[in-house]
Amino acid sequence: MERVPVLKIGDILLVSIQIDMEDQVALQLQEDLAEKIVTTGCHGVIIDISALDIVDSFVGRTLATIASVSRVLDAETVVVGMRPAVAITLVELGLSLPGIRTALNVELGIEMLARSRGEVWQDDEDEGDPAAVPAS
Amino acid sequence: MALSPDESGRLADLLSEHADGLVVHWAELVGNGLQGRMSRPELERQTRDLQKGFQQAFAAGARDLTDEEAGELRAQLGELSSNRARQGFSANETAISVFALKDAVLGVIGDTSDAQTLRDFVAFSGFIDRAALFTFDSYVRVREALIADQAEQLLELSTPVVKLWEGVVAVPLVGTLDSARAQVVMERLLQTLVDTGSPYAIIDITGVPAVDTQVAQHILKTVVAARLMGADCIISGIRPQIAQTIVALGIEFGDIATKSSLADALRYVLGKNSYKVVTSKRTEH
Repeated sequence: MERVPVLKIGDILLVSIQIDMEDQVALQLQEDLAEKIVTTGCHGVIIDISALDIVDSFVGRTLATIASVSRVLDAETVVVGMRPAVAITLVELGLSLPGIRTALNVELGIEMLARSRGEVWQDDEDEGDPAAVPAS
Repeated sequence: MALSPDESGRLADLLSEHADGLVVHWAELVGNGLQGRMSRPELERQTRDLQKGFQQAFAAGARDLTDEEAGELRAQLGELSSNRARQGFSANETAISVFALKDAVLGVIGDTSDAQTLRDFVAFSGFIDRAALFTFDSYVRVREALIADQAEQLLELSTPVVKLWEGVVAVPLVGTLDSARAQVVMERLLQTLVDTGSPYAIIDITGVPAVDTQVAQHILKTVVAARLMGADCIISGIRPQIAQTIVALGIEFGDIATKSSLADALRYVLGKNSYKVVTSKRTEH
């Protein structure tokens, strides 16, 4: 069975789903992620679904479960890169994926996670700016 | 009813024998129908071309309009009707251009007491009927294509997505929002959000003449879809009467931000992004 890789980048676990989300794959991902959050102690999870053409109700529910599970483990989940066609289909089906935070792309997702943990997101170009350095 | 080979041969002879007289008579009949909206030489050129088309089709042994031998004639008829359709002539006037050939031929046949001539003419008349129907058909097809093109252009025209600020796009909706347009607006807005990575979208409904439950439903769907993708939508440009209709209809916008003007919406978004709008003091030189 195919598996979705979970990558650790800094304080964030990045999951980019590049294969068809069959039910088994989704369940496996849910388990892997819970495991990984505990072993790495990460506080953020980003799930990139920009390669997914279809998000059915099962995948939608699994995403919601993943979000709930990681919240229990003190990690925020952001689903990023949902395609317009997928969003339209979900709305037509009446699935609004409650409890899932979303962002347009991975970058905005990282920004959102940083903001929700009370950190100031800085662009590279801002780093030389003395005003952005917190007074110690 | 197809022509017999003998009949088409005789018709070809008839058409070539009386070519000039036919063209003049025919052009005159068509000219009367068009009431001077086309110049005489132009008409004569067209009818002469058509007369040649018919003659060649018969000479080649075409027995029906759908025959391979009549291919060129069909192309000619198609071109004639598409030209007429574009020039704004009615379907009637277009079909008459072909029907008039019957009268013209009847004029040159002269004596119809002979049974064979009569049979020939009836067969020929059937052929002309099919040709005129074909003209009618192509006329309608061209008109429909024109209408479809225009509708598409209208859709293109009326749904621009503009960038207002870094990370803020706006859709100024103009005109009535039906399901087809709402779909286009929704798709285009969502695609722009992805392409530009803008987390904020302002839907401005200043140009929407009326908001009923259906329009509201479309807007709500767009907002929810944008939210699913991780973008926030603000609805702006709600006129007083529209606000009253919305309340009277019991439409709930829930926790979607609504502003009365586009400027307010932009200010709100900028505020959320921790921008502040200040007036700078102008220094006199």
